[in-house]
Amino acid sequence: MLDVTKTATAVEDAVALPADPAPAAKQEKARSLWGDAWVDLRRNPYFLVASVLIFFLLLVAAFPGLFTSASPTKGDLVRHFLGKPELGSIGSEGWLGYDGQGRSVYARLIYGTRASIIVGVTVTAIVTLVGGVMGMLAGYFGGWIDALLSRLTDIFFGIPFLLGAMVVLQSFVERTVWVVVFALAFLGWTQMARVMRGAVITVKHADYVHAAKALGAGTGRILFRHILPNAMAPVIVVATIALGGYISAEATLSYLGLGLAAPTVSWGVDISTGVDQIRVAQHILLWPSIMLSITVLAFIMLGEAVRNALDPKLR
Amino acid sequence: MTIIDNTATVPSPRDGADHTGPLLEVRDLHVEFHTRDGVAKAVNGVNYSVNAGETLAVLGESGSGKSVTAQAIMGILDMPPGKIPQGEILFRGQDMLKMAEEERRKIRGRKIAMIFQDALSSLNPVLSVGYQLGEMFRVHQGLSKKDATVKAVELMDKVKIPAAKARVSDYPHQFSGGMRQRIMIAMALALEPDLIIADEPTTALDVTVQAQVMDLLAELQQEYNMGLILITHDLGVVADVADKIAVMYAGRIVEQAPVHELYKRPAHPYTKGLLESIPRLDQKGQELYAIKGLPPNLLRVPTGCAFNPRCPKADDICRTEIPALVPVTEQDGADLPGRTSACHFWKETIHG
Amino acid sequence: MADLSKNDEAVAAAVEAPVGRGEPILQVRNLKKHFPLTQGIVFKKQVGAVKAVDGVSFDLYQGETLGIVGESGCGKSTVAKLLMNLESATAGEVFYKGQDITKLSGRALKAVRRNIQMVFQDPYTSLNPRMTVGDIIGEPFDIHPEVAPKGDRRRKVQELLDVVGLNPEYINRYPHQFSGGQRQRIGIARGLALNPEIIICDEPVSALDVSVQAQVINLMGKLQDEFNLSYLFIAHDLSIGRHISDRVGVMYLGKMAEIGTDEQIYEHPTHPYTQALLSAVPVPDPEARAHRERIILTGDVPSPANPPSGCSFRTRCWKAQEKCSQETPLLAIPQRFDGLDTPAAHLSACHFAEEKQVVPVH
Repeated sequence: MLDVTKTATAVEDAVALPADPAPAAKQEKARSLWGDAWVDLRRNPYFLVASVLIFFLLLVAAFPGLFTSASPTKGDLVRHFLGKPELGSIGSEGWLGYDGQGRSVYARLIYGTRASIIVGVTVTAIVTLVGGVMGMLAGYFGGWIDALLSRLTDIFFGIPFLLGAMVVLQSFVERTVWVVVFALAFLGWTQMARVMRGAVITVKHADYVHAAKALGAGTGRILFRHILPNAMAPVIVVATIALGGYISAEATLSYLGLGLAAPTVSWGVDISTGVDQIRVAQHILLWPSIMLSITVLAFIMLGEAVRNALDPKLR
Repeated sequence: MTIIDNTATVPSPRDGADHTGPLLEVRDLHVEFHTRDGVAKAVNGVNYSVNAGETLAVLGESGSGKSVTAQAIMGILDMPPGKIPQGEILFRGQDMLKMAEEERRKIRGRKIAMIFQDALSSLNPVLSVGYQLGEMFRVHQGLSKKDATVKAVELMDKVKIPAAKARVSDYPHQFSGGMRQRIMIAMALALEPDLIIADEPTTALDVTVQAQVMDLLAELQQEYNMGLILITHDLGVVADVADKIAVMYAGRIVEQAPVHELYKRPAHPYTKGLLESIPRLDQKGQELYAIKGLPPNLLRVPTGCAFNPRCPKADDICRTEIPALVPVTEQDGADLPGRTSACHFWKETIHG
Repeated sequence: MADLSKNDEAVAAAVEAPVGRGEPILQVRNLKKHFPLTQGIVFKKQVGAVKAVDGVSFDLYQGETLGIVGESGCGKSTVAKLLMNLESATAGEVFYKGQDITKLSGRALKAVRRNIQMVFQDPYTSLNPRMTVGDIIGEPFDIHPEVAPKGDRRRKVQELLDVVGLNPEYINRYPHQFSGGQRQRIGIARGLALNPEIIICDEPVSALDVSVQAQVINLMGKLQDEFNLSYLFIAHDLSIGRHISDRVGVMYLGKMAEIGTDEQIYEHPTHPYTQALLSAVPVPDPEARAHRERIILTGDVPSPANPPSGCSFRTRCWKAQEKCSQETPLLAIPQRFDGLDTPAAHLSACHFAEEKQVVPVH
């Protein structure tokens, strides 16, 4: 039989405990999982490079006037195909040369950023919102919503993304940035719905969701307090990487002549013109291509860095 | 159903025929893991040995370093983040840590085999059980596919899987948990190793199946005169099968003793606390004795004796000096063979 | 609560009524849960059912601990989920203070939930990793605002932390900053927040380290006295089951095999399954291994999708006879002990129940 006299009660000991075994634990601050991920991110050189690049691109897109005083549309045929960057005059109107109509390549680069960023950011926002909500409903409620969404996703999955976008764009006469955004979002949301649905299904069987139900929590609370915060991570990662993909899709469509068209200033439009003139003046193709690659790369790098920080299994 | 009377089944240690000294000896082994938050010292100077035909139980809680030690012996530690800064692992007198990878691989599987807790994830789900068992013979002994299958059936019979011949081409998921663990044992036995390391072999199983599997393991160990290192947290399982016990805490062995001695007179406050804190089937207590506090954080192992913040006997010396693992004797100084304790107050603990 | 419907109001009133010590507070009658097995993707066709719980009845008395023990797959955790209304029962009733709670929904269910809470098995998955400890323990108050006024909540949460033996300053930390034992204390605090009458404990210590298990078991014992709780304690560890329970029910394959006081079950078991189960538990005493009789069952637990006819234990039972495959034994006091003043006279579902002592008595 147990000796009761020496039986210290667990509770008293445990109360005395925090000061006891690990004094260092006392100074330990509250660290949320997001906070931990942020600490990880800050140490990741890829994240630093990517975020500096992206910050810079956003700045350019918002305030192109800060970077050049030249106009992207004013041509002067005297400067027709003038090339060769002059290192001495970085940032000046002509430092990256002029295009066939004598417009500043640099100015077009700066002003073209806006189209790419708008397309990338808005498409991602719409796709994440629509796809996220649909995926969440399908994953949580299952049943016919899920069946419907799953079949819909399968159908969209069967349509090649660019081919689909081309068909949609063909049916519009005037192709503004918003039309391109619509076409890409229309075809892209099912991907995000799929990701969200998977994440929600994993999370909804967690014990803490059962615990909330056992407390009598309503559907809204369960969805937004418990499921959504825990299902967000994969969606954020996919969205970041997809953002780069939408930017390059816009450029591809514009290059094919189905996306944006002159007089809209966009890298895709310039790449398209640049290809036609590749034998005469290579620099017209070169600079927008470089900008496009850097931008896409920056978002993919950011996405990878976020993935590493959010996925504890990779740590 | 069989009713087993356990009177005669206590195995006696026997030494290997052609080899003097222990079959396996671990000396001053250290393992650390380099993590984001710092260096986790998982194993801090472990010494133990096991002879042929002997069962050594390594008892400890999660984070005690019991499984890490076993992985170091098997050479399956993930390095990095793992690192073995010092220590020796002698198999038949040869240090395995100094061997070339090629040489080590010859020992692994053939001379030392391991059984894991989770049989389902240790077996390949897309290959039939017979294929996986036969692989051992094809790879190591160069048998033909047909001969290997015959051997696989033999093995399945040996571990008492009913209708072995019919089930040899079944896949792992078609077997129950207990049967899968038998298949794991069969794989470990395939090449008739000298030593088997079983890491919590029955923890995932139900009580009634647990007993079957432990009995099988003990029976086969006797038949092949193998050494067995049984890693577990379960004091009940240990009492049923072990010859000697090493109790681990925070990467160190805190006490070693023959099984009967340990349960009768523990010489370390941690062992004593553990024994008193488990509820007993044959006793109904009011309140359990509880070891206070929490298992140590390996990133911040307390100074001195790692157990001192939780120890009822802790004194100033315990907070500053790491107690060495010293031989434990009777009150009159008479030897207690095989007994050691790493406690400044072992005398008070065992005799007090 | 003026907008409650009449029926809800009746339930709410019934639920608020106190129950005397030793009176049944929860009565489970012929509870069943069958999970359908379907085939086909679009046109689903039911081809069978996993009978996870197949007709279980028992009473939980106010202030007692009823242990439910059994091996994995016996349905004990499903019983817990059914009682919590986390799964809906296929058939049967659960009366809480005389009200059948299996068919409740909406506000009436919410009122019942205040009084029946749960502690989960795995402290690593039962706490939302993105919420602070304060939010986790305070969530019950958000859901049932009538329990604690808004300004009072932080103090209440800190009080609860103190009650379960955690430092109240930890209120802003996240679950991953705690060890398993501490997390389980957080889970217990959440269960206590609404001041329930019944706590359903689903293997609350089986995921914890041995040295921490005792702390949590003692804590639960202390809380039971302090808050006058009734526990339904689900365990696969029979030793813990014995330690904590006043009465014990043994489940096998979705059915109750035997139920009685802890003394009746552990010292005078009459069902062969209980006897085998008890004899297989390793006893932490090497002296005992020499003179312990062990009943080693052959084979594994049959699939609950296809249980044997008659007595479900007959495929592994050494006493099985023709009768066992034809007649399902009822959970009743065996005839040979009926009316006798012996500890063996308790409910046991076996045609050939006889007493057999397998646990050494000290």
